[in-house]
Amino acid sequence: MSGWIQIAVYLAVLIGVSVPLGRYMAKVFNGEKHLLSGSLGWLERFALRVGGVDATQEQDWKRYAWSVIAFNLLGVVVVFALQRFQGMLLANPDAMKSVSADSAFNTAMSFATNTNWQGYGGESTMSYLTQMVGLGVQNFLSAATGMAVLVSLIRGLRAKEASTIGNFWVDMTRATVYVLLPFSVVLAVVLVGQGVVQTFDSAVKTVSGQTIALGPAASQIAIKQLGTNGGGFFNVNSAHPFENPTGLSNFLECLAILLIPAALCLTFGEMVKDRRQGWAVLAAMTALLLMFLVPTVLAEQHGNPAFKDLGLESTANWEGKEARFGIENSALWAVATTAASNGSVNSMHDSYTPVGGMFPMLLMQLGEVVFGGVGSGLYGMLVFAIIAVFIAGLMVGRTPEYLGKKISPYEMKMASLVILIPCAVVLIGTAAALMNGAGKEGMANPGAHGFSELLYAYSSMGNNNGSAFAGFGANVPFHNFLGGVIMWISRFWLIVPVLALAGSLAKKRVAPAGSGTLPTHTPLFVCLLCGTVLIVGVLTFIPVLALGPVVEQIQMHGAR
Amino acid sequence: MKEMIVAIRVFVVLTVLTGIAYPLAVTGFAQAVFPHQANGSMIRQDGKVVGSSLIGRQFDDPKYFWGRPSATSPAPYNGASSSGSNLGPTNPDLMKGIEERVRALRVADPGNDQPVPPDLVTASGSGLDPHISVAAAEYQVPRVARLREITEAKVRDLVVRNTYGPDLGVFGERVVNVQELNLDLDRAKAR
Repeated sequence: MSGWIQIAVYLAVLIGVSVPLGRYMAKVFNGEKHLLSGSLGWLERFALRVGGVDATQEQDWKRYAWSVIAFNLLGVVVVFALQRFQGMLLANPDAMKSVSADSAFNTAMSFATNTNWQGYGGESTMSYLTQMVGLGVQNFLSAATGMAVLVSLIRGLRAKEASTIGNFWVDMTRATVYVLLPFSVVLAVVLVGQGVVQTFDSAVKTVSGQTIALGPAASQIAIKQLGTNGGGFFNVNSAHPFENPTGLSNFLECLAILLIPAALCLTFGEMVKDRRQGWAVLAAMTALLLMFLVPTVLAEQHGNPAFKDLGLESTANWEGKEARFGIENSALWAVATTAASNGSVNSMHDSYTPVGGMFPMLLMQLGEVVFGGVGSGLYGMLVFAIIAVFIAGLMVGRTPEYLGKKISPYEMKMASLVILIPCAVVLIGTAAALMNGAGKEGMANPGAHGFSELLYAYSSMGNNNGSAFAGFGANVPFHNFLGGVIMWISRFWLIVPVLALAGSLAKKRVAPAGSGTLPTHTPLFVCLLCGTVLIVGVLTFIPVLALGPVVEQIQMHGAR
Repeated sequence: MKEMIVAIRVFVVLTVLTGIAYPLAVTGFAQAVFPHQANGSMIRQDGKVVGSSLIGRQFDDPKYFWGRPSATSPAPYNGASSSGSNLGPTNPDLMKGIEERVRALRVADPGNDQPVPPDLVTASGSGLDPHISVAAAEYQVPRVARLREITEAKVRDLVVRNTYGPDLGVFGERVVNVQELNLDLDRAKAR
C-alpha cells in the first residue's frame, strides 16, 4: 500500500512542478526576461560571443540541421579520443587504460545521441577525466540538442509564412545555461548531502581488504537524470549506493527523469499561445504511462510463483532489487526510465518477471514518445499528433490540419520516416545479430529470456534509451559497431526529418479553425493520440514480443 | 566550413563550462559542506577505514547478521566492480541459488522454520546493498542472540537503532543497515 502512495505522491509532484517549469522554459526559449536572465545572462552572452555566434541571425531548416550534425559529430570525435588516450591524460588516479576502439566508438555514439548505452562498467573502465570532460559534457550537450530541435519544431508550428526556424546555437546555449546547468547544480548538491560521492580521490582500500571505488559522481548523476541521459558513473547505475543512497535521493532522481520532458509539454502550450494544446499532450503521455506502470508494479509484486516452493515468505520478485527502494519504487523507476529515453536503472531489469520486463521494453519500442527524451520525446509525440489528425482526416474525408497548419503529403512523408525508422532498425538489428551468431553468444540466460535480452538491447539502442537487460554480453565488436551505427541513425535520421517538417510547416499560412476542424485539445483527441501510439507500436512488436517475454511468462507459470 | 568553426568554438566554451567548471564547483562545495558524504561515508576505527556505511560487506559467520547475497565478481561485495546477478526469472541457476541460501540459513539456525523473507536470499541489484528489510533482520535476531549469548531484547534494541526510513515518512522502504548493526554488535560484546 505504501508503495502505491509513493507512486501517487510522485505523479502529483511531477505535474505540480511541471507547471511553473514549463512556463519558465517558454520564456527562456522565446528570449523573454525570466527568473535567471539577470543572474546568468552574462554567461549566455559570453558563450555566444566566444563562439562567434550572431544571435540575431535565424537559420532555415537546412542550416539548422547542419549545425546540429556538425556539433554532435564533434562530440563523437572528442569522446572517442578521450577514451583512447585517457591512459596518458590527467585525473586518472586509478590508472585506467585506453579503451578498445570498438567499445570507444560505441560509447562515443551512445553519449552523443543521448542514448547512454553502456557496454563498459564505469568504475573499472573510465578515468575521471573521461567521465567529466567526455561523458559529462555530452550529457549536457545531447540533451540541449534535443531541446533545441523541439523548440524549432514548435516555432515551425506557430510561424506564419516564415523561412527560418530559429538559431541552433542560441537555442542550445540557452537550454544549457538556463535549464540544465542550474538545475543540475541544485540536484547535485542535494544528492551529495544524501551520500552520493563527489571526490577526485582514488579508490579506498579498507582494513578488511575491500576496495571501494569513488569519484566525482554527484555532478554527473544530476545531469544524467535531468537530461534523460542515463549513463551511470558506476556499473550498476542508480542501484549503486553511491549513486542513489536513500529513499529521498531515489525520489528526487526518479522525479528528475520525467520532469523536463513533462514540463516541455506545457512549454509547447505556452509557445503556441494555447495552453490546452500542451495539457492535451501531457494528458496523453500520463495516460500511457499509467497503462504501463500499473501492470509492471503488479507483475513484480506477484513475482515468481516458483519462490513459494522454496520456503519464502512471499513470491515478490526481489532478485536484482535494492532493499532501500523495494518493489514498487523499483518498478516505478523501470517504467519512468523507459517511458523517458533515460535508461538509468535502480534495479536490474534482466531479473524482472517476464511481463514486468516486457512493459518497459514495449515503452521503448513505442518510439520513446511517452515523455521520451528531453525535447526528443515531445517532437516524437508531435509527429504522432500529426499522424493522428491525418488518420482522423481520412475517416471523415477532410484535409487534416494541426494548429491551423494544413498537413500535406510532404509532411506525412517526414512524419512516416520519424515513426518507421526506429521500428526498422530495432527489428533489423535484432535479426542481424541473431543470424550473425554474436546475438546468441551474448545471451546470459537460457531459453526465451536470452532472446528477450537481445531484443531489449536493440530496442534500447534503436530508440536512444540506454537501459539494458544487463546480463547480455554487448561489449564485443559486432554489437559495439552495429549498435553504434543504429544509435546514430535513430537519433539523427529522425532529427533531420523533424527539422524538415519544421521548415515546411513554418512556410505555411495559418488557416483559421472552421466548423470542420478537429480540435486537438479535447479528451477525444487525447484518446485518438494514445490509440495511434499504441496501434503503431504494439502492432509492430507483438510478434517479436511473443517469442520472448510472452512465452517466458507462460513457461514460468506452466513450470509449476 | 564557417559552421564547423562556430561548432568548435561553442563546443570548447560549453565543455569548459559543463565539463570542468561545473564538476569542480560541485566538488568544492561538496568537500566544504558535506566532506563525510562526498568522500564515501567511511566508517573509521582507530584512524583506519573499516568500510563505508553505504557499501555492504560479506558476512557469513552466523554470529553476525547476514546481508543481501551479492553477485559481484570475483568475490562478493567487490566495491570496485558493482554488479547484479542478472539471472532471469526462469533460469534454473536462480532457483538453485535461492535454495542453497535458504539451506545455509537453516543450517546456521536449526529449529528456525519460519518462512524466509525474500530479500535475504535474492541478490541485490548493486551487489553492494548495505541494507536488509526489517523482516529479514527480525528473522535473524534469535540466532544472533543465541550465538552471542546476549538477550534477544538487547539484539533487537541494536536493530532498532540501525533502522532507517522511510525518508520524510514516505520515500523508500524501512530498512536495517547490516554493516553498522554488526559493528554495533561487536562493540556491545567488548563492553
